Amino acid sequence: MATPAAKIRFREPQIEMAHGAGGKASRRLVEGLFAPLLFGASPGPLGDAAHIQINGTRIAMTTDSFVVKPLRFPGGSIGELAINGTVNDLAVSGARAEAIVVTFVLEAGLPTEILEAEVRAMGEAAEKAGVRIAGGDTKVVEHGAADKMYISTTGIGRLLTGVEISPQSVQNGDKVLLSGPIGDHGITILLARGDLDLEADLRSDTRSVFPLVDKLVQAAGAGVRWMRDPTRGGVATSLNELARDCGHGIVLFEEKIPIRDSVRGACELLGLDPLHIANEGQFLAIVSSEHAERALETLRATPGGEEAALIGEVREQPASCVLVTALYGGSRIVDMLVGDPLPRIC
Amino acid sequence: MKYVDEFRSPELISKAGEEIRKLADPKQHYRIMEVCGGHTHAIYRFGLKDLLPENVELIHGPGCPVCVLPMGRIDDGLALAAEPNFIFAAFGDMMRVPGTHGSPLEYKARGMDVRIVYSPSDALKLARNNPEKHVMFFAIGFETTAPSTALTLVRAKAEGLRNFSVFCNHVTIIPAIRAILDSPDMRLDGFVGPGHVSTVIGCRPYDWIAKDEGKPVVVSGFEPLDILQSIVMLLRQLRNGEAKVENQYKRVVPWEGNSAALRAMAEVFELRPYFEWRGLGFISQSALKIRASYAEWDSEQRFIVPGVRVTDPKAAQCGEVLKGVLKPAQCKLFGRECTPEQPVGALMVSSEGSCAAYYNYEHRKPVTIASSMAV
Repeated sequence: MATPAAKIRFREPQIEMAHGAGGKASRRLVEGLFAPLLFGASPGPLGDAAHIQINGTRIAMTTDSFVVKPLRFPGGSIGELAINGTVNDLAVSGARAEAIVVTFVLEAGLPTEILEAEVRAMGEAAEKAGVRIAGGDTKVVEHGAADKMYISTTGIGRLLTGVEISPQSVQNGDKVLLSGPIGDHGITILLARGDLDLEADLRSDTRSVFPLVDKLVQAAGAGVRWMRDPTRGGVATSLNELARDCGHGIVLFEEKIPIRDSVRGACELLGLDPLHIANEGQFLAIVSSEHAERALETLRATPGGEEAALIGEVREQPASCVLVTALYGGSRIVDMLVGDPLPRIC
Repeated sequence: MKYVDEFRSPELISKAGEEIRKLADPKQHYRIMEVCGGHTHAIYRFGLKDLLPENVELIHGPGCPVCVLPMGRIDDGLALAAEPNFIFAAFGDMMRVPGTHGSPLEYKARGMDVRIVYSPSDALKLARNNPEKHVMFFAIGFETTAPSTALTLVRAKAEGLRNFSVFCNHVTIIPAIRAILDSPDMRLDGFVGPGHVSTVIGCRPYDWIAKDEGKPVVVSGFEPLDILQSIVMLLRQLRNGEAKVENQYKRVVPWEGNSAALRAMAEVFELRPYFEWRGLGFISQSALKIRASYAEWDSEQRFIVPGVRVTDPKAAQCGEVLKGVLKPAQCKLFGRECTPEQPVGALMVSSEGSCAAYYNYEHRKPVTIASSMAV
């Protein structure tokens, strides 16, 4: 609810691409403009989904939009992303997706076969994820006013019992659990754009992470303190948000972080940090130390979770920061992504 | 991953660390400059300072092409590209570098046709595919990237491609090192020599640093083990009272350089009488310009360039940091007015700039870190 005291701290004269990249600039926009005007003075930590109560029943609600280019890429497409992304935002909020409504913004001139392929992809992804598409809306804009098609989704989900996701519950000694190898999606998209003369046998990791989250919650219950799907901005950005919200330090052990050689290779070549690269089918969880081993074993025993790993732990220091240590003894602070990841050449 | 993991081996790295501690005389303080921004980035990215004794200090040098580019050049390039039917093409490194009225990325958000390319030949491809537009490649870099710009110009001329030109900002590394050594407030014991630049120019151009200035130079690779081994080699020379040029990066750098690359550069470029370096001022014969025989493909000879000159904000102490006189955090603006997101000075812009590298990887680090995992 807007209050008269709402103070807008966002002073940048125009919207840049960085404001949509999921890193620091996005956070400035949300916290400096949207939150004070729309959510009241103190929005609290910004999670992947809102928890709301209707007639005593608590549900999770989330919304997302999809503007990926190219529309199709190895391992997935915009339609699949739209469903999985929404299901995943609910999953990491501790909820099972129940229903999704969809809005299409279409550019006049879009070939029907492209639209049809994406609608089919959505239907298939929804069926696979066990979520109902309950309604939708379509808008068409003039040719040139949009890039082929955009999809926006809103999903609601039923909260799982026995788990409470909150950055405040994170404690020193908790472990950082990652569901599988990172960077596949972001690097796949980068290569699929075709600007780079680079090829790799790589596919987007887009999928519903709910089955894994469900098993994790069954195994570790209240030991699961926090979850997030590290999409734009990657693992580094998600964990920095957590570090900031909980005030603790997150220490990662570089050698424990699962990354495919092709992703590592592309990142080395282009001067990118895999920790900043987007994922669409992985999630991070903070699990209490007594539940950590069991949580890991459970994930690894679940199809699609074989490569899960404990990659770090929560410590007092460095407060509100993410630190990565390497086996050879060096360490570095890893910040949120600033703007879009751009390759370094010279 | 092959050719990477070997150079990050914990055993070898801890051996190199031991060797450094053995060689470093505790009564002495060593100041070693890594010339190249790639090294600066790697040193912070890999946290190598954690592995060095306190009396071995690394000073960050001027070898970051984005950092030393004066803001006026960016303004000039963007002013040209404001013409209708222009495409401004540049490396990703350039995209966030602020001009007076914004960075190329901000111009793109306002509607300018700005493209990120991965090599100058990609820019040439853009020109072929967009015959109705003029593609200007905003070239930056030391001798590392200059040969590929040169070869692209040779090809453009051979193809007679009229809608392509290069706005040349290529600089050369040796005059910058000379400027650093001439600086009166500078005391250095040796240099970690640039790796990629030396792939092109070889190791001979550093001879004078050893012979005339009496400082050892070790040309180095970019992996943690490379850099530590180079420091071992430097300390060994210092202990033996020697000053010579050595090549640690033999797997990539030939002693004589790359003659084909040097020939391509000589064909296309000549030295400018002088060029402005951000933070260092004007340095004579320190940059390349396109020869008259390629005038048609030289944006500066073909179009009217405004020739903007912008003085750096007084409060920013980029020059001192660039010369290694000040540490990034000693600048008055560091981390307050000047951050990677809203950089005031150039060293905060490129991830190879010492301020950005220090800001990103180091400045919030706790003093002691236990790296064992208790799971």
